[in-house]
Amino acid sequence: MDNIIELKKINKIYGKSITTQVLFDVDLAFEANSFNSIIGASGSGKSTILNIIGTLDQPTSGEVYINGNRTDQLKKNALAKLRNETIGFIFQFHYLLPEFTALENVLMPYLIREQKASKAAIERAEELLNIVGLSDVKKNLANNMSGGQQQRTAIARALINNPKIILADEPTGNLDSASTENIYELLRSINKKFQTTFVIITHDKRIADKADRIVEIKDGRVAHDFK
Amino acid sequence: MRLALKIAFRFLSSSKAQTFLIVLGIAIGVSVQVFIGSLIQGLQKSLINTTIGRSSHITVSAEDDDRKIDDWEVAIDTIREKAVGLKAVSAAVGLKAVSAAADFPAFIESGSQTFPIFLRGFIYEDADKIYKLDESIVEGKRPTRARQVLMGVDLKKELEVKLGDRVTVITPKGTKTKVTITGFYDFKVASINKSWLITDLRTAQSIFSFGRSITSIEMQVNEVFKADTLALSIENILKNPNLKVEHWKAQNAQLLSGLQGQSMSSYLIQVFVMISVVLGIASVLAITVLQKSKQLGILKAMGIRDSMASLIFLFEGAGLGVMGAILGVALGLGLTYIFTTFAVDSEGVPIITLYISYPFIALSALIATLSATLAALVPARKSAKLNPIEVIKNG
Repeated sequence: MDNIIELKKINKIYGKSITTQVLFDVDLAFEANSFNSIIGASGSGKSTILNIIGTLDQPTSGEVYINGNRTDQLKKNALAKLRNETIGFIFQFHYLLPEFTALENVLMPYLIREQKASKAAIERAEELLNIVGLSDVKKNLANNMSGGQQQRTAIARALINNPKIILADEPTGNLDSASTENIYELLRSINKKFQTTFVIITHDKRIADKADRIVEIKDGRVAHDFK
Repeated sequence: MRLALKIAFRFLSSSKAQTFLIVLGIAIGVSVQVFIGSLIQGLQKSLINTTIGRSSHITVSAEDDDRKIDDWEVAIDTIREKAVGLKAVSAAVGLKAVSAAADFPAFIESGSQTFPIFLRGFIYEDADKIYKLDESIVEGKRPTRARQVLMGVDLKKELEVKLGDRVTVITPKGTKTKVTITGFYDFKVASINKSWLITDLRTAQSIFSFGRSITSIEMQVNEVFKADTLALSIENILKNPNLKVEHWKAQNAQLLSGLQGQSMSSYLIQVFVMISVVLGIASVLAITVLQKSKQLGILKAMGIRDSMASLIFLFEGAGLGVMGAILGVALGLGLTYIFTTFAVDSEGVPIITLYISYPFIALSALIATLSATLAALVPARKSAKLNPIEVIKNG
């Protein structure tokens, strides 16, 4: 299988006068269509790795390849386009736009690309909401939904542009265990159905165990890598 | 563009109270501007109207001491024909009225009393366009035959005469002529009401033995402030060294500087009102960027371009400006209506007639919208610079 994500010799140093190095020569690659988890203590640098993969953060040195293209030297607008079309994000604090309804939130990445929602796009958004089991609340404003519902909306949103990669940072971090189980089943089924590559940061050992591959980060280095 | 607009309006409509307060702030600024502008313009119009509304704007008279203009009919025809076609003179500036006058100081005798007067002979229809004679007649009617006169109401009081009375006009040379009073006028200016005795051109010419000559050609123009340029053009057309052309602006320099000062202070007030509106919008929108930084961060993570992110705030500014301008114009017009309805004298006439100029109001609204958009530039830049990682990291 080809690597859809490749990190080469990634170093990340924060600060200018007082510097803190959080990543040390990280080499990491993920195969297309795989379902991966990253584990590690807080402050280990796992979120930084995910943000660098997601092009939200830039490495101090090293090379990042997404879908075969080097991204660490791209301009901001090109990065925005890449994020919009290739990567879907799911964050711990779901980050919906509270001014918009669930359906509008799901459509947002599509709107960023196309400006106007086509009938087909709306149908797709509704279908995605159906997959995550939110058909009934699609007209609700984001704030008028439970935490689990908001997180599932965020998952549907991450899928709308049919991205090759979905990056999730503790997507179940503030959900109860029943919802957590539910969400993972969902992500797994999406992985199978849409052949989407998943990289998921999690604290939850049970969840990590269900992944095809577990990468453990410790003090800014890859400590273990199980398949 | 479309998405930025949609997000901007959703942001505005989702915090209605805040939006309403900003809109109200802009609206009050605009309404003050509309009201003060209309007030000052109204004041100036009425001041100009009372000062020169019933007087000659451009006067052609003779340089000679005997003040006689002989070939005046040719001169009037020349002015009428050529002044209209002048390049410097657009149709709007054009001449409203051209009137010939034969006048000279004299005395009036009634019973045992004698008063100094100024006997003015007009072609009635022409002079009516300048002096609004028909409107001014408070008693009796206009003279229709020779040796009939209109007398001012103040002179009437002094002489204690009534309609149909015959009075004697004595010229400085001692010639006496009896004339009949057919009406009394009131120009609302005591000095004129006391001295002018108005008759037809022929009567004045014969009383003073002018022959066919007159003493001045009087004109009113539509654009009073362009009277000086027009006067200059008329001088060039007439090409007669014996005639001099004067205009009201030269004779009313003090009034002009007063008007100018008033305009300046009005502009100054308007500029400062606008500045405070701009500062208000800028500061509120700057806070809005902070409030919406989470949303902006997530939009950027999802791939919105920086330019689009700034556009959201420019649209917010423009939207606020448009709403503020509309409400402000409505409030301003409401204020002027209240002012003209309730600030009235004992007869129910407004103390000051406001001048509602639609181009001026449209301009105020446009300036408000533009300044609101301009005020959004700073927050828009801030929004473009916002790095999504800050938001993602800090929750």
